[in-house]
Amino acid sequence: MARSGKPAEASWTGRVPEMGTRLVSYEDSISPEFYELEREAIFRRAWLNVGRVEQLPRKGSFFTKDLDVAKTSLIVTRGLDGEVRAFHNVCRHRGNKLLWGETPRDETKGVCREFMCKYHGWRYGLDGSLKFVLQEEEYFDFDKSEFPLVPVHCEVWEGFVFVNLSDEPSQSLLDFLGPMVRGLEGYPFHLLTERYAFKADLLSNWKIFLDAFQEYYHASILHSQQQVPSLRSFETGFKVPHFQMDGPHRLISTGGWKGVPRHLTPPDQMYPIEHATESGLMGPWERPDIPELDPANLPAGLNPGGLDPWSISNFQIFPNFVILIYERGWYLTYQYWPTSHNTHQWEMSYYFPPSRNASERIRHEVTAVVSKEAGLQDAGTLDGTQMGLESRAIDAYPLCDQEVTVRHLHKVVDDWVQSYLRDGKVVPA
Amino acid sequence: MLPEEFADCEPFAAKWCIATEAARYAERLNSTMTEMQAFYDAMYPRVRDAMAHLDEFPLHELPEQELNLLHLVYSLIMVSLPVEVWQQPKVIDSGTAYFDRHLEPAP
Repeated sequence: MARSGKPAEASWTGRVPEMGTRLVSYEDSISPEFYELEREAIFRRAWLNVGRVEQLPRKGSFFTKDLDVAKTSLIVTRGLDGEVRAFHNVCRHRGNKLLWGETPRDETKGVCREFMCKYHGWRYGLDGSLKFVLQEEEYFDFDKSEFPLVPVHCEVWEGFVFVNLSDEPSQSLLDFLGPMVRGLEGYPFHLLTERYAFKADLLSNWKIFLDAFQEYYHASILHSQQQVPSLRSFETGFKVPHFQMDGPHRLISTGGWKGVPRHLTPPDQMYPIEHATESGLMGPWERPDIPELDPANLPAGLNPGGLDPWSISNFQIFPNFVILIYERGWYLTYQYWPTSHNTHQWEMSYYFPPSRNASERIRHEVTAVVSKEAGLQDAGTLDGTQMGLESRAIDAYPLCDQEVTVRHLHKVVDDWVQSYLRDGKVVPA
Repeated sequence: MLPEEFADCEPFAAKWCIATEAARYAERLNSTMTEMQAFYDAMYPRVRDAMAHLDEFPLHELPEQELNLLHLVYSLIMVSLPVEVWQQPKVIDSGTAYFDRHLEPAP
């Protein structure tokens, strides 16, 4: 029997036929057993973004990155040769965590020439080589060169530092990112260095929050207040004009509410603080006069759907990294770090060109405050979703074509887990 | 605490000249809507004047009074959503969620 609704060939979902259109289970987000599989199948095999090169401004700059999901901590550092490297943050002597902040549970950062263990004073160079052993003559048949810090595969792409925890990654970082994500190459990330960074401990599986920021079907409802009261609609909603999927990654592009960029809406259709400061949720109204940020000079892959007007491209980079580029000349990133099957630590950073005067800084502050408040609404609903799913009152849920990205993520996660269970070596193409 | 031209905002300076977003957010949650409305009503009409005044100084060499004024503008931004949108100190539907801003430019 023919079903009503749009035919597969006219749908975003139909572009990846193997996803199907069936009901989906979120067992992958409530099962402790599945979480244990994800840790090995995904987080120990995929390339993971752990920061940006601006966090390592000098030779000897370092930061630690604790990865609960992989039960390890990393040291990411810039060597005397300028190379960025990553190591497990574990002393070769007695297994002590090498670097930490206030307590061993806290991350740290700084600049140094050698890493020294707090326990017995063993010291390592920035290249990981063991440099000093206390009372070395007391050891037996001992050769320092055999005890360097354990290296982790580390590559830099467009200033983003990625690591891979597998013994031998089955794909290079560039192959993993693929053509759609690599369409970002050439964007002037290096010029947007005024950073506002946030952390949150959230009461949901990592994928449940990731899902909230990869569809806009919820926007006109959960974030109804983003529109002034006269424009709010609970009847028609918002439809994304362009989705794209490439390998394990996804892209969502939009052109603004009803196709009108926020900075072009009439004053009576925005909030007074936006009007007074000329800034808001989508950024300062005036794009910075930086040639590299002029739409004519942006990489074509930024707006592959050719939207006009174009406002946002949201790159969902598997498994847990998101880059959102705004047409108004700024970008943000999200990272979702699982801490258990039903909790995760979430990180968000906004990046703007450095303010040249107080007005620019104030406009960035408006965007950083307004945008955060929308995010709080997404985060606020999460524990409700997690609780509902964990009730197991329902085991199959519908997803519409505007939620194609949600369907895609859960399919890819399952593909990686199934592939791991089959042979444990090769990741799905 | 503020430059002379902004004497009308002085009554709000002691409470609202706050250097970090985390502290401004905490102050907002600890304030009543009456307090925030009063501050908003005084400060909102002056925000463009404040931006023009502050732009006369290099951002990273603001004199103390100007730095206070900048922090006061940040606090106006912090209370603007409660006053203009939420009609309450806390974001509607934010549940138990907190985002801690642990890194930001100074000033």
